[in-house]
Amino acid sequence: MQYGVLTKGTVVFMSHKSFVWLCLLPLAVVTTAFFLLPMARLVVVGAEGPQGLAGYLAILTEPRYRATLINTIVLAAATTVVTLIIATVAGMFLQRHRFPGRAVLIAMLTFPLAFPGVVVGFLIILLAGRQGLIGDLSNRLFGEKIVFAYSIYGLFLGYLYFSIPRVILTIMAAVQKLDVGLEEAARSLGASPWAVQRDVVLPALGPAFVASGAIAFATAMGAFGTAFTLATNIDVLPMLIYTEFTLAANFATSAALSVGLGFIAWAILALARSFSGGTVAAAG
Amino acid sequence: MRDRLIFTGQLLFTLTVAAFLVVPAILSISAGVTVNYFRGISSGVTLQWVFQVWDLYAGTILLSFVIAFATLAVTLLVGVPAAYALHTHGGRWSRIVEEVITLPIAIPGLAIALALILTYGGFGEFRRSWLFILTGHVIFTMPFMVRSVMAVFSTVDIKTLDEGAASLGASPVRRFLGVIVPNAVPGILAGALMVVTLSLGEFNLTWMLHTPSTKTLPIGLADSYASMRLEVASAYTLIFFVMIIPLLVAMQMFADREQGR
Amino acid sequence: MNVIGDHGASVRVETCGKTFVDGTRALEPATLDIARGETLVLLGPSGCGKTTMLRIIAGLELPDVGGKVLFDGKDMTSVPIEKRNVGMVFQSYALFPNMTVADNIGYGLKIRGVGKHERASRVAELVALTNITGLENRRITQLSGGQRQRVALARAVAIRPGILLLDEPLTALDAALRDRLRGELNRLLRALGITTIYVTHDQAEAMELGDRVVVMQKGVIAQVGTPREIYFEPNSRFVAEFIGAANIIEAPVENGQLLLPGGRQPIGGDANLTTAVAMIRPETIGIVAAGSAPLSGTIDSVSFIGDRQRMIIGGASSKIIAVDAPNTITAKAGERVGLLIAPDAVRLLPPGN
Repeated sequence: MQYGVLTKGTVVFMSHKSFVWLCLLPLAVVTTAFFLLPMARLVVVGAEGPQGLAGYLAILTEPRYRATLINTIVLAAATTVVTLIIATVAGMFLQRHRFPGRAVLIAMLTFPLAFPGVVVGFLIILLAGRQGLIGDLSNRLFGEKIVFAYSIYGLFLGYLYFSIPRVILTIMAAVQKLDVGLEEAARSLGASPWAVQRDVVLPALGPAFVASGAIAFATAMGAFGTAFTLATNIDVLPMLIYTEFTLAANFATSAALSVGLGFIAWAILALARSFSGGTVAAAG
Repeated sequence: MRDRLIFTGQLLFTLTVAAFLVVPAILSISAGVTVNYFRGISSGVTLQWVFQVWDLYAGTILLSFVIAFATLAVTLLVGVPAAYALHTHGGRWSRIVEEVITLPIAIPGLAIALALILTYGGFGEFRRSWLFILTGHVIFTMPFMVRSVMAVFSTVDIKTLDEGAASLGASPVRRFLGVIVPNAVPGILAGALMVVTLSLGEFNLTWMLHTPSTKTLPIGLADSYASMRLEVASAYTLIFFVMIIPLLVAMQMFADREQGR
Repeated sequence: MNVIGDHGASVRVETCGKTFVDGTRALEPATLDIARGETLVLLGPSGCGKTTMLRIIAGLELPDVGGKVLFDGKDMTSVPIEKRNVGMVFQSYALFPNMTVADNIGYGLKIRGVGKHERASRVAELVALTNITGLENRRITQLSGGQRQRVALARAVAIRPGILLLDEPLTALDAALRDRLRGELNRLLRALGITTIYVTHDQAEAMELGDRVVVMQKGVIAQVGTPREIYFEPNSRFVAEFIGAANIIEAPVENGQLLLPGGRQPIGGDANLTTAVAMIRPETIGIVAAGSAPLSGTIDSVSFIGDRQRMIIGGASSKIIAVDAPNTITAKAGERVGLLIAPDAVRLLPPGN
């Protein structure tokens, strides 16, 4: 719609509505060209393998793929649960107490927030690898070198490493918003500290658990860098996709697996959001 | 007494978690400046590994900065107006658009990278240039910029400011540049920090999109982890920390300040 | 150059209705004429459509098809706000936080390409006019509510608008400040002589500021008139009860008198009525000794307010009657009193609503 009213000269003034559309245009172009179109292509390629559309079922029917999928899900779920427990204990503690050094402690717990997966993998190697700290200590104490960086446990540790900071931040924010009055009310009614935690605090943190848990889970599902750095015989979905694509040049399978992986990660986040009422602001 | 015990227990637990996160980083930093990590810090302190990394990988560091700032420029030019449009227009369609541009956060980078390769891999010039990596980074970081700016728009009553400027005779473009953008600065800054930080550390997409002539810092890191001695890899990681930690600190300070309001 | 002077435009709103995209009808098609230099107040409870009307006049909303907005006879319906040369004061003031006070006031002039020197002198003039001298270089966040209100007003009139639009400009302030600024605003508007349209839900503001008041209810104009007309001659129960306090009495009529449980009350007007809805303002009722008035009742309660006292009288009518009596009368609850009401103080309302 044009507001073509001219006060002076013959300049035609752009209406607010057209300006708003103009503002959106670059995003529409970029997103369509470099995201929607490629994703559509990915979905098409996934069905272009020898089995056609059935290629999408291979992730469930092919024993090797299925085992990898289960591996990945179990690992991501374990990461999520353990991270939530650790982050809740530490987050509640930090939010509820004031003591010297608290700010430093919070900084320490949150600084790995944007470490890429590769770096996390390397840090795990330094911790539990062949020249790692844990091996060194165990060697001195028991005369035996404990090395687990390159196993599924190392991967698990790596996933914990990048999940904890993110989840702690969410939990701390949620604890801060808790109404202390509710706890005081419960105590005035005779509830023990445990009962207060169980009946008032934890339920109130529910949405934060769902939200941050979903993010931790989805991130762990798709994490590639850590697995790549630790890379020895660990079968997780992102590694499988990578090897199918680069080593086996199996485009259709890797595309189908990617679509599957992307769908699971997205579905988890969408589901969590519908549960917690839109508070799942996807973090990085 | 019991409270004291619980407090100490929780403190010890939290300290352990912090140690788990910090100790490996300290190990890495110390390894990067140790003459021989296997023999320990007693072998002497040196900057030779850092210089060696600089000789070997200076190009990756430079390219990472080029890509990070190019990503920032694109997300600013595209994302800020889009955030304004989505906020102003509102309604169901805006939510759908927001949902779509947020998908790259949920979908693993590997899948997006594959999609980009399968679609544009045939365009040789494009595929071989750093612009190919740029597209991936833009798609991945765009939602952070858009959401960060939209978050500010929902706290300062941007609609009324817009109407106020309109009532004084300002055209839509003038309002956007003179009133909307200046008042979105906190969100733009927060988004910019996020975009640069994420772009500098991005690996999942970049590993698939890079070519031997377009290696970024995280690609170089992965390369050094696989093929270099531990000291060099550590020194490289140290350089990465030096680059990224100020950004993280700035981000944290920003978040604190916002919360303090 | 002087900002004070006669530079108003006349406004005509012609069958302007507004239906929002979701189907809600905010405003039934309405027609209004606002004379050059007049101050018109749109008054009503929230959701009555007054703000929608203002936004249509401002150019922030398009009226439904068939509606027209004319300034000085010129059709402005499809002209966006930035080309209408209106000044607007928003409820939240919409001051730009990224600019100083002076920059805010001078913004409209800058947009119009007014040179730096002239701009500065105009800003100085307005700063003096609105009593905010010394605040020119402050940030908006450093201002109090009252100061913000003045800056918003100065900014709106700096451009010498043809029409000044104010959307509940005092609502965000506390009561004492509101009273003070109301007086200030009144003097300023009179001095400026601009055509002004003022939206409020506060009847005291409407009474003091308006040359004419438009009372609105549920998207419909209920009554248009001077404050006196609106107060003394409401045309509906809604207007009577919305403006000031009112006793509404429904009773049968015989020989031009209301038949009430506590006696008879003469009324003026049509003598052939058999039943009536009557409105009597509390301050028009006199308290006299029982028996010296045709109507009497018993005092239920007395609230001493200071400049007057509010008495609640039972038994006179089927419902209680509120009376504002002088503060000198000593009467206690339980006492029987006469109610003296002049026939022309009884206003007959149309039945229903």
